[in-house]
Amino acid sequence: MNERFEPKITAFVCNWCTYAGADLTGTSRIKYASNVRIIRVPCTGRIDFMLILKAFERGSDGVIVSGCHPNDCHYTSGNYHARRRWMVFKEQLEFMGVDTDRITFSWVSAAEGAKWAELVNDVTAKIRALGPHEAFHALAGQGIN
Amino acid sequence: MADLVSQAKELLDSGAVQVIIGYAAGTNGTRRPHVARSAAQAACLVFDEGCVQNLASYLVKPEVKRFGKAAILARTATARAALQLMAERQIADGSVRILVEAGDSVAVLDSAEALEAHLALQAEGISAKDRELLERLRAMTHAERWAFWQKELARCVKCYACRNSCPMCYCERCTMDCNRPQWVPVPSHAVGNLEYHTVRAMHLAGRCVECGECGRACPVGIPVHLMTFHAEDSVRRQFGSEAGRTAKLDYALSTFKPDDKETFIR
Repeated sequence: MNERFEPKITAFVCNWCTYAGADLTGTSRIKYASNVRIIRVPCTGRIDFMLILKAFERGSDGVIVSGCHPNDCHYTSGNYHARRRWMVFKEQLEFMGVDTDRITFSWVSAAEGAKWAELVNDVTAKIRALGPHEAFHALAGQGIN
Repeated sequence: MADLVSQAKELLDSGAVQVIIGYAAGTNGTRRPHVARSAAQAACLVFDEGCVQNLASYLVKPEVKRFGKAAILARTATARAALQLMAERQIADGSVRILVEAGDSVAVLDSAEALEAHLALQAEGISAKDRELLERLRAMTHAERWAFWQKELARCVKCYACRNSCPMCYCERCTMDCNRPQWVPVPSHAVGNLEYHTVRAMHLAGRCVECGECGRACPVGIPVHLMTFHAEDSVRRQFGSEAGRTAKLDYALSTFKPDDKETFIR
């Protein structure tokens, strides 16, 4: 039997927009890939860049980071701060040679259930094509220097 | 620098400062940090091309602050560090005398304003050699860069010399020392080393004064300073702010503009 690679995808989503959006996807009975593990945080501003690294370390093949659209933050400016952090973090990861194709940043509002399904399906297909995140997982498997 | 010692003695004797943080001759023609608290101790101060170490990290140490008002011998990077420390409210404007090279003697800068004016005339901090290394790394493919850093970071012994030598790493409790939760494993480990150096660069993005002290401090010769240089470059290019140029700087990552431009959020 030829088993298809099923990527593990960790999604860090904010409580107020994307989590509610993902909920809407479900209540709207829209089917989407079951590869995603959703972790709810209060706000995108809460998503420390270390969480993303830890997700890879613990076996994720891809990461989704999603929250409220600009100007829609429940806490007024959490997503603006998060955006700046991602802008620097993404460049820093690229400089370190980490594959940033595996991290997807998105804005999904509470009304965008369909967008959430599309996002998860797209990311799952993309990560499936990329294969397991061997480079990072190999590191995690190494012993103490 | 004929007048340095007499100027230093005068500063100490007049009571203008209680301590001068500077350099003295070390072994084999090197220069080592020297803290002078009396005119007699100021006699061996030197200030020349060999004085490359950024001494600004001493300015924030409680044991040095306890001595009283300080003066510090400063090249461009040290002056930038002092100004950035003022911007971050770690040292008060006017509490430190910055001694910068001025022909055959040193000029005493005693305010953030004077420092800003002095630094406006100074050239970019990164050396040509580091600039070239940075460009070479940026031109590589992802896989090559990954291989490069994995090879370099495999030598890291987690001594934290890079953190401790950095004037901007003054947190009393560093993320690295937290064990609830333990973000980064304590021993030298492939993942932990990558995480540690990423955290260090991220925490210095928009705050790095590009002195390269971390790279000089590294006992195993990892070019750790390139990571913070890149982070600082990234902030400068995307947000237009630069550490250590003005005392009124907002930390780039704790502020924002509604129209910050990115290309990757879908």
